[in-house]
Amino acid sequence: MNILVCVKRVPATGGRIVLTPDGQDIDTRYLGFTVSPHEECAVEEAVRIVEARGGTSTVLTLGPAAAEEQLRDAMAIGIDRAVLLETDGRDWDPVATSRAIVAAIQAQEAATGPFDLVLFGNESADSGGFQVGIRVAAALGRPIVTGVKGLVPGDGRIVARREAPRGGWESFELPLPAVVSVKEGINLPRYPSIPGRLRAKKKEVERSSPVWQSGGLEKIVLRLPKEEITAAEVIGRGPEAAPAIVDLLAGFGVLER
Amino acid sequence: MSAPVLALVVAPGGAPERPSLEALTLARRLAGDLGAPLEAVIVAEPADARSGAASLAGLRLEAAIVIEHDALTLDHPDGWASTIAQVIASRGPAAVVGKGTELGNDLLARVAARLDLPMAANLVSVEPGDRYRLTRQRWAGSLLEDCWLDAPTRLLTVAPNAVPADEPDGSPPPTIETFAPELTAADLAVHVTSREPSERGGVSLADAKVVVGGGRGVGSTEGFADLEELAGLLGGAVGGSRVVTSAGWRPHADQIGQTGLRIAPELYIACGISGAIQHIVGCKAAKHILAINTDPDAPIMSVADYAVIGDLHQVLPAVSAEIRRRTSA
Repeated sequence: MNILVCVKRVPATGGRIVLTPDGQDIDTRYLGFTVSPHEECAVEEAVRIVEARGGTSTVLTLGPAAAEEQLRDAMAIGIDRAVLLETDGRDWDPVATSRAIVAAIQAQEAATGPFDLVLFGNESADSGGFQVGIRVAAALGRPIVTGVKGLVPGDGRIVARREAPRGGWESFELPLPAVVSVKEGINLPRYPSIPGRLRAKKKEVERSSPVWQSGGLEKIVLRLPKEEITAAEVIGRGPEAAPAIVDLLAGFGVLER
Repeated sequence: MSAPVLALVVAPGGAPERPSLEALTLARRLAGDLGAPLEAVIVAEPADARSGAASLAGLRLEAAIVIEHDALTLDHPDGWASTIAQVIASRGPAAVVGKGTELGNDLLARVAARLDLPMAANLVSVEPGDRYRLTRQRWAGSLLEDCWLDAPTRLLTVAPNAVPADEPDGSPPPTIETFAPELTAADLAVHVTSREPSERGGVSLADAKVVVGGGRGVGSTEGFADLEELAGLLGGAVGGSRVVTSAGWRPHADQIGQTGLRIAPELYIACGISGAIQHIVGCKAAKHILAINTDPDAPIMSVADYAVIGDLHQVLPAVSAEIRRRTSA
């Protein structure tokens, strides 16, 4: 199977988010960069399917030149090829992003043959628009399932399993070619090996520079939500706090009897 | 009369879900600002649609649109997207507002893709105008973005737990209208082909009144026994941070946070959890948060209401013993 995985470079936030003074971006001076956990899992899933069934895996991103780092991270765990749609660092909204990805997929498929499967993370970690994968699938006329936590590829078909909204699991059987948005939990991604990292360093990254366009959504400014930072009331220390904790539980009415 | 605002109300079993009622509330405010009528499309199984519409009494809607198509169940995401696109074409709404849950975003994104319209996900507020000025959540709510939306029909989803749902008043029930979509085989091609029950019984993490969450401080798979014991005594559920699901101490389905579940229990007991923003966004809708941590300066303390400084493996067994002592007395 030939598989394409789409990823997005985002800051590796962990503690409090700090914005640049103009409110246009996250201050990344002290942050590394990564892709969302969903996308790490999409990359791992592509590598596993190709290991099991043969074929080629390709990773693609739309982002600044520095996003080459995320492409090499993906190649370090076993992705074969990388495509960078290089931007000047401006924000691309979901409509513009999906148009650029669709054009790139069509160009790739014309050159090297069709992708049986295109994988996305369920949503980007930063913007969280929940729509690029769906837009790409619709433009390509391919079926899509989102929120997927299990994939079983077969001949000409794939079964995609996800948690059902009201408990349990539900599965969709899709004809290939198909598009799937995966969630963290579909697998536990491996760590890159040293030889893997070295191989990835030497691999070529195919580059092109799509022209920025507006898709109808335009950022004005970023803001931190007003948080009620309340110093927690310390009700005790160590196991001696147990009676105070149980009093609290009783007050909340959560003791069953 | 001006173009309506159309809310999408998902009502499995005929009962609207809370995130849909939150979306309806934002849609009502927008309709009020526009001086436009508020209408709802009932997204439900065919047998449940009318009870879903009736349940919106008192929520000040002009009309509830019941979809009539025997083959269209909730298992057909593209079937619903096609239906909603047809309703949009027929009624020409100024805006369509749905819930910003995963399935709510999935549905409206499919509509947006069909109509080649932009869509803004996870709003907390909206101001109409030539262009709409929106505030939406980024980073699962750790960050807000003010943005412009420029589109002939505005497709919007509302972030869960961000807009408190209005309570029904004594106003009359909406007029029920029916709409029969024309669906092709392609519209119904993507559908649920099989189901499996959950592997685990007990109270689900999403519905539990009390959630006991564990982080790195729990230390191991076995370390969760202390959390399980307390959750069992309280009729609650156990969850964990991303650290514990990535380490394999708990299954991923137990993850609370940006890439797992967002919970809103009565009480969240955060044990050995430092409080990365990705975890906080998953638990901050809890009514009360009690943190148990050895580090009094852990970030979790800035969102917790109550704290106990100490080792969870000493504190939790003492709490469970105290509950047993009191309930057997």
